[in-house]
Amino acid sequence: MTDDEPTGTRHTLRGEHLRLAYDRRQVVDDLSIDIPTGGVTMIIGPNGCGKSTLLRALARLLTPVGGTVYLDGRDIGTVPNREVATVLGILPQSPVAPDGITVTDLVSRGRYPHQGWFRKWNAEDDDAVAEALAVTSTGELADRPVDQLSGGQRQRVWIAMALAQRTDLLLLDEPTTYLDLANQVELLDLLTDLNRRSGTTIAVVLHDLNLACRYADHLVAMRAGQIMAEGKPSEIVTPEMIKEVFRLDADVLRDPVSGTPMIVPIGRHHVAAPTATITDEVENTA
Amino acid sequence: MSVDLQTVVADPAAAERAAIRRTRAGTRTRRITIGVVLAAAVALVGAVALSVGESVISLPDVLSTLAGQGSRNTNYVILELRLPRAVTAILVGIGFGLSGTVIQSLLGNPLASPDVIGLSTGASAAAVLGIVVIGLDGIAVSVIALFGALLTAAVMYVLAWRDGVSGYRLILIGIGLAALLLSVVSFFMTRAQVTSASEALVWISGSLSGRNWSQAVPLAVALAVLVPVLAVLSRVLGLLGMGDDTARGLGVPVQQTRLALLIVAVAIAGVATAATGPIAFVALLAGPIGRTLSRDGGAALLPSALVGALIVLIADFAAQHTPGLPLLPVGVLTGAIGAPYLLFLLATMNRAGRGG
Repeated sequence: MTDDEPTGTRHTLRGEHLRLAYDRRQVVDDLSIDIPTGGVTMIIGPNGCGKSTLLRALARLLTPVGGTVYLDGRDIGTVPNREVATVLGILPQSPVAPDGITVTDLVSRGRYPHQGWFRKWNAEDDDAVAEALAVTSTGELADRPVDQLSGGQRQRVWIAMALAQRTDLLLLDEPTTYLDLANQVELLDLLTDLNRRSGTTIAVVLHDLNLACRYADHLVAMRAGQIMAEGKPSEIVTPEMIKEVFRLDADVLRDPVSGTPMIVPIGRHHVAAPTATITDEVENTA
Repeated sequence: MSVDLQTVVADPAAAERAAIRRTRAGTRTRRITIGVVLAAAVALVGAVALSVGESVISLPDVLSTLAGQGSRNTNYVILELRLPRAVTAILVGIGFGLSGTVIQSLLGNPLASPDVIGLSTGASAAAVLGIVVIGLDGIAVSVIALFGALLTAAVMYVLAWRDGVSGYRLILIGIGLAALLLSVVSFFMTRAQVTSASEALVWISGSLSGRNWSQAVPLAVALAVLVPVLAVLSRVLGLLGMGDDTARGLGVPVQQTRLALLIVAVAIAGVATAATGPIAFVALLAGPIGRTLSRDGGAALLPSALVGALIVLIADFAAQHTPGLPLLPVGVLTGAIGAPYLLFLLATMNRAGRGG
């Protein structure tokens, strides 16, 4: 990470022996995870592996059937909900923007945990909202209704709401879904800025493996409700690991831009002979 | 967050601050304008309702009577006959509007109004039981109707509970309960004496005729208690509209607040129904109109309440003055307007993918 270590309290988040289920369908069994404080953690895995479920449990949106999530060493289930919300922000997979709400009003809702039933809006709230708009470049959209924005703009607005909450921990569930590549990169850059500038601990469930490898300090690979591998992407991402986690053959190259692992999948079609160049291939088939 | 150097030099978010202030001012102006216009419309229709009847009393006379300077005649006609009826109309309209919009927002479904999900039917079944079997009348019918609505809501909530309550399940169970309760109403009606049956029939169609201060005052007292509670809870109502996960992530105790809001909304629907009987579809219509007018992501309580009042006032005025149809209960008229809207909702809902 960067050398300008931020000041302030550092909150910790970990889960121990988590057993997670929806109704009676068990998704995760006996999983323990420690989210590195001050780092960017990316959770990857095939569809239905339980990565979103795990994130929801870490954010106390889902109560574990067994095991415990600890926020600063305290069982998160015993901490008042609002107190959690001043320390831990969560952007769920599909938040709903109420009809006609303006960007300003939506982002202002991030201040709710700091306000209480009767406390008036104050200068700190204004600061937080203005800063969140500035950081996410949504200032020009301030008076626009959220339902008239493009997908990329809307996602930036939701991030702004989470930022206005000013929490030390920020969890995001597939924040890049529905975004084009440029917007995906922009959003991950924004999260990295936030992490480097304010020391915010970030945990993201992400679909795109190459972007996850590039942006993660700590990568968690899940399959069938279990963690198959975790660590620095450059240390854990291998063809064997990808095969084990995704049941997919792949080459792992060095990302020429970032130097991080880059995964090139190998399917049943469009596979050139290992030594062949594109011109060889054309000549052979001719 | 850490203080970085930029903030010392100048406010880096000055443009954003200005934009926020401008947006907030715009939203506030819009809210006030909508509130004032609707309130003026209610006052205007209310004044017409006081002025026009079997005899027409001029507006200046209406006003001087309200100010306590009427003649014996206008005092009687306005203060004893027309004013309690108009006040009751406004109050039940407010009540139906509020409870409708709150329950619709809570369950995230425009179908979820007290008359569709069986609360009004519960009140009716209890009232018919009271009138036909026990022989109650007057305020006692209102009280038993209120308990009918509350009991129906409790049964509905218990039946819908499965690790929390989802809106869709609650609505389907409510519709089922409504069908059951409707057969209870029919059963008692067929067993009833003709006189009590016709009395019961007027009650269950929702009527404002013959309302006097003995209905208006308890309703006003109940609303004076319940509406402020709702106003305090209304901010959380907006947060619940962003989905359970988002709301809980912001620190809202979702199940508890939803239950609290539901109880208050059902109680309001109950006291309103108790005063006049279920005036069909006012609760169903007022919320969507109020929310469409405001469209600012808020709970739209004030516009929905005023739209409810306006609908009941206008419908009652029309019901009283429809040529050839004397003594038409107001609920028959609102039903004629509301039922096509209900059909429209049902026809468009799943096509728009909003069914769940």
